[in-house]
Amino acid sequence: MTSTSRYDADDRGYFGEGGQWGGRFMPEALLAALDELTAAWTEAMADPSFIGEFEAILRDYANVPSALYEATRLSEQVGCRVLLKREDLNHTGAHKIRNVLGQALLTKRMGKKRVIAETGAGQHGVASATAAAYLGLDCTVYMGAVDTRRQALNVARMQLLGAEVIAVDTGSGTLKDAINEAFRDWVSSVDHTAYLFGTAAGPHPFPTMVREFCRGIGDEARAQVLERYGRLPDAIAACVGGGSNAIGLFAGFLDDEEVAIWGFEPGGDGVETGRHAATITAGGSGVLHGARTYLLQDEDGQTVESHSISAGLDYPGVGPQHSHLAHIGRARYAPVTDAAAMEAMALLARTEGIICAIESAHAVSGALDVARELAATKGPEAIVLINLSGRGDKDMGTAIEWFGLGDAQKDVEA
Amino acid sequence: MSTTPAFERARSEGRAALIGYLPAGFPDVPGAVDALHVMVDAGCDVIEIGLPYSDPVMDGPTIQAAAQQALDAGCRTTDVLRTVEAVAATGTPTLVMTYWNPVERYGVERFAADLASAGGAGLITPDITPDAGDAWIAAADAHDLDKVFLVAPSSTDERVAMTTAASRGFVYATAVMGVTGARTTTSDLAGPLVTRARALQPKDAHLPVGVGLGVSNGDQAAVVAAYADGVIVGSAFVRTLLDAGTDRAAGLAALRTLTEDLAAGVRRGDAGGA
Repeated sequence: MTSTSRYDADDRGYFGEGGQWGGRFMPEALLAALDELTAAWTEAMADPSFIGEFEAILRDYANVPSALYEATRLSEQVGCRVLLKREDLNHTGAHKIRNVLGQALLTKRMGKKRVIAETGAGQHGVASATAAAYLGLDCTVYMGAVDTRRQALNVARMQLLGAEVIAVDTGSGTLKDAINEAFRDWVSSVDHTAYLFGTAAGPHPFPTMVREFCRGIGDEARAQVLERYGRLPDAIAACVGGGSNAIGLFAGFLDDEEVAIWGFEPGGDGVETGRHAATITAGGSGVLHGARTYLLQDEDGQTVESHSISAGLDYPGVGPQHSHLAHIGRARYAPVTDAAAMEAMALLARTEGIICAIESAHAVSGALDVARELAATKGPEAIVLINLSGRGDKDMGTAIEWFGLGDAQKDVEA
Repeated sequence: MSTTPAFERARSEGRAALIGYLPAGFPDVPGAVDALHVMVDAGCDVIEIGLPYSDPVMDGPTIQAAAQQALDAGCRTTDVLRTVEAVAATGTPTLVMTYWNPVERYGVERFAADLASAGGAGLITPDITPDAGDAWIAAADAHDLDKVFLVAPSSTDERVAMTTAASRGFVYATAVMGVTGARTTTSDLAGPLVTRARALQPKDAHLPVGVGLGVSNGDQAAVVAAYADGVIVGSAFVRTLLDAGTDRAAGLAALRTLTEDLAAGVRRGDAGGA
């Protein structure tokens, strides 16, 4: 499970030559905890019994490995093979369960009894509440007040699972503010509490640790494609907010230089409007939440509020390994607007009978453009693999509003 | 300028120094300058000026509210430097306390140069530790600025030694595990941390140890002054101005009363710990 890629961070958590991305820009009060976490995680990943337990839980409880599905009707639309890695079929409906089960298992190993988490769309919060229930841990989830309103269903799910959900109304009331509040809790409770970080961002070791707990997405997909088609895909694609599902997928293919890697960012109303969360496309280098990475900021270094129709992508930063991969050109990142994502959501529903998360719809939209180009140059045997990172139940309120659903007389433009 | 003479003077008077914090731009840029002048006049030995930041993870609700008010009113990094200039002109050592990204965005070398030109004494960096602060350490040394790093109750002895060795001016001991904010009682973690910060610093360094987080009145200041070289107060000053609302005169009067109370507290501390 341990990665040996030359794209990895160094021992201090820096990616790239000269320590350009990542690191640990954190209050001194938390450094002992980060050191403790790094040591415990490193030791656990070298312990076959921990790995074995993690893999058994994923298999028996989380329904992993997830299926690889050839979307034939969608493929017909673009002219080449489109494959979907069905992380939406995991327990709790997203890739997030892999990461939190890993971190929660580590929490128990460290002898801590309480976990905290932040969440945007609620999927990480639901996964954290689920893992806490499964492993008998107390759980508190911080969620932006704006997000608690647009993701009320997931708030209810977390509460039913026994978690305390705290609405954060400081700042923009979204994911970044929930992260700030979770850090504040952690600095006061670090002796008995673990912070289950929700994405591959934050201070070292979180970007690498979250990637490693999610890398099964890529490792499984690579093996599944090889077994079924006898070769690697031409391109892989995932949505990128903080970027945990994307880095999990990418990790399996980074050393396969012939595989094109695409990350699709939330373009909101359009990057040119300024209302978006396309961090890599339109941001600049800076430090946020403990790491140097691309972020949306003004000329004074103040974080700029992001916007996305998807609460799960509405984050002004991004995991530092993505910044590194973008900087060196190993992965390409492009924005997808709210409108294009919603169009792809409807298209996938109509062609394949799959209602995906709006996050994943960004990947679908961007990947279909990539697939059309590949079909034109390489023909119908070209393969594009999309990580369908989550299911769309939680987003039905947004879909109802966007498409004007719920009225039997209306139709949806796909 | 450095904070060192202020600590030496306090030490010669057998007491701890009083270090007062207020964010720049709160309640507005000239209002902050007026307030900081009152704090100097009423007994602060060292001033910390906060650079308002959008994501202050170490701050509690009081300071975050003030910083947000400053940002909403348009406070810029250049306003912070102008505020430093206005306060440093009084002769009181004036530091900036800032999260890292605004400095990096402004340009580390440029920030150090402009801070020094404004008469600033140095920088307190809550989210930069010495082992992640190469760029700042180089710039600060080039411009003869204080580097005030933090130690915490959770810091290992190795980290306390590393941090005190890298600090100049004083080392900032966070007295509790938590964010900023006035507390009804001071922490029992502070005394042992100060002892460690003194014992583990380089031999003959005599680096003063300031204790922050939680002090809100003269009695608490006296308790901390009994064992620390400096008593750092922030949220309590901010609270007086928040409570006064739009009545600026009442806010400044309350600020003066509080500062005098705290200044008396550090003077009746058990011979100052210095």
